[in-house]
Amino acid sequence: MLDDFFIRSIIGGIGVAMVVGPLGCFVIWRRLSYFGDTLSHSALLGVALALLLQINITLSVFITSILVATALLLLQRAQKLSSDTLLGLLAHSSIALGLIALSFMTWVRVDLMGFLFGDILSITKTDIFVIWIGGLFILCLLILMWRPLFAATVSVEISEAEGLSPHISNFIFTVMLALVIAISMKIVGVMLLTALLIIPAASARNFSTSPEQMAVIATFFGICSVFIGLYSSLNFDFPAGPSIIVGSLLLFLITISKNLFFSKINN
Amino acid sequence: MSENENKLIALENAGVMKDRKWLVRGITMSVSLGEIVTLIGPNGSGKTTTAKIALGLWNISEGIAKRKNNLRVGYVPQKLQIDWTVPINVNRFMSLTNKISNKDIEFALSLTDTRHLAREEMRGLSGGELQRVMVARAIALSPQLLVLDEPVQGVDFRGEETIYNLIEETRKKINCGILLISHDLHMVMSATDKVLCLNGHICCSGTPNFVANTPEFRELFGERMAKSLAVYKHNHDHEHRIDGSIKK
Repeated sequence: MLDDFFIRSIIGGIGVAMVVGPLGCFVIWRRLSYFGDTLSHSALLGVALALLLQINITLSVFITSILVATALLLLQRAQKLSSDTLLGLLAHSSIALGLIALSFMTWVRVDLMGFLFGDILSITKTDIFVIWIGGLFILCLLILMWRPLFAATVSVEISEAEGLSPHISNFIFTVMLALVIAISMKIVGVMLLTALLIIPAASARNFSTSPEQMAVIATFFGICSVFIGLYSSLNFDFPAGPSIIVGSLLLFLITISKNLFFSKINN
Repeated sequence: MSENENKLIALENAGVMKDRKWLVRGITMSVSLGEIVTLIGPNGSGKTTTAKIALGLWNISEGIAKRKNNLRVGYVPQKLQIDWTVPINVNRFMSLTNKISNKDIEFALSLTDTRHLAREEMRGLSGGELQRVMVARAIALSPQLLVLDEPVQGVDFRGEETIYNLIEETRKKINCGILLISHDLHMVMSATDKVLCLNGHICCSGTPNFVANTPEFRELFGERMAKSLAVYKHNHDHEHRIDGSIKK
């Protein structure tokens, strides 16, 4: 069954959608979409370093993301610049550095487009294994950490005073984000990864009355997007990664059009 | 000895230095079970810093800070701004930091007269409602120590009275220690056992009436301010519901 590339893509895609749904909710609640963007952009630098040092790409991307997140923290302390300036600085300089590093390595032929926009159709059994093991690990951690993580999202002050150590939760959240970037890069690529995090979660907001419900609905929308994207890729020969994002965009538009329509009637 | 065992938090001559400046220094205070302690002082006088070192959230640079082991704290912050993207109703907010049984949630919501709000979205609440819900959440934890930062800020006079009543009621019902932080120098709750008047250090402390008459207090806040310090006393011949109607 896993010999069929399409089945492999679907299984890999679902594995990623399961994790990005709930994690994307936190990205939205904490207003971290630009932060997610920066981490995923820095993944390109991770790829370059992996090729240069001959180490595993997923591992290298994960470590680079953590390093960039740490760099951000240090810069925030040392510099009197706003976070969004620092994020922009880190995001684009890490891409630039990554591209320069790649250009030096004339001996490796790199499919740059694959890294930037995803190459889900070439997903291997090992990739699936990495996605599912990493994904299940993140999901377990998320379920274990759910209450302190959510409490820290709502109020750092309350969770600190009541002994939930919000700073530890925030650190673990960053690690989870780095890990999800490392395992899902193959699906939509570093340029489109943030979209996969935030669009299904944004669509879920309109239907949710509790945070837990929003996480589940976001996961569902993520899985639907993967199906829409992959089927249109198969039938109309669209590039797979961008099609998944467009699929999630379509779902988002449907959810808000319902809202827009109803609010017009009410007015 | 038994008095010591009842102490939930205690600071002895504690001070915090940051960037080579003392934020607070020489703070000696304690809160015991069933006791209400109020911290007052102008902006930047170190009220929040004092509360933070007492709770063990910040390290002290000198002195001693003691806390009861596994102290259960309920905290009511000064402000709470929940991002509108977070779907959360009052009921879910109640178990924000701990799993709370439905029975305890109902008890706390009834005590604060907010039971009818259980299914409301948090961001739809008015200022006074939000304040009461935050108090309810802290009560539902059945805390040993309840810390309230500016509980009456932005609440009108009637609401202020209700919240002070509620705080007193809470002490009776769950017998916890209460630490109140307040900018409002005009109003100190009469049920307060101890007032600490801060300005980087403890200027004066004692019962509300005692503090209002000390020369240090007059000097710190000015003669006019000291005269206008009203110790809040409420009439016991009737009680108000939250909406202002009289309870029979």
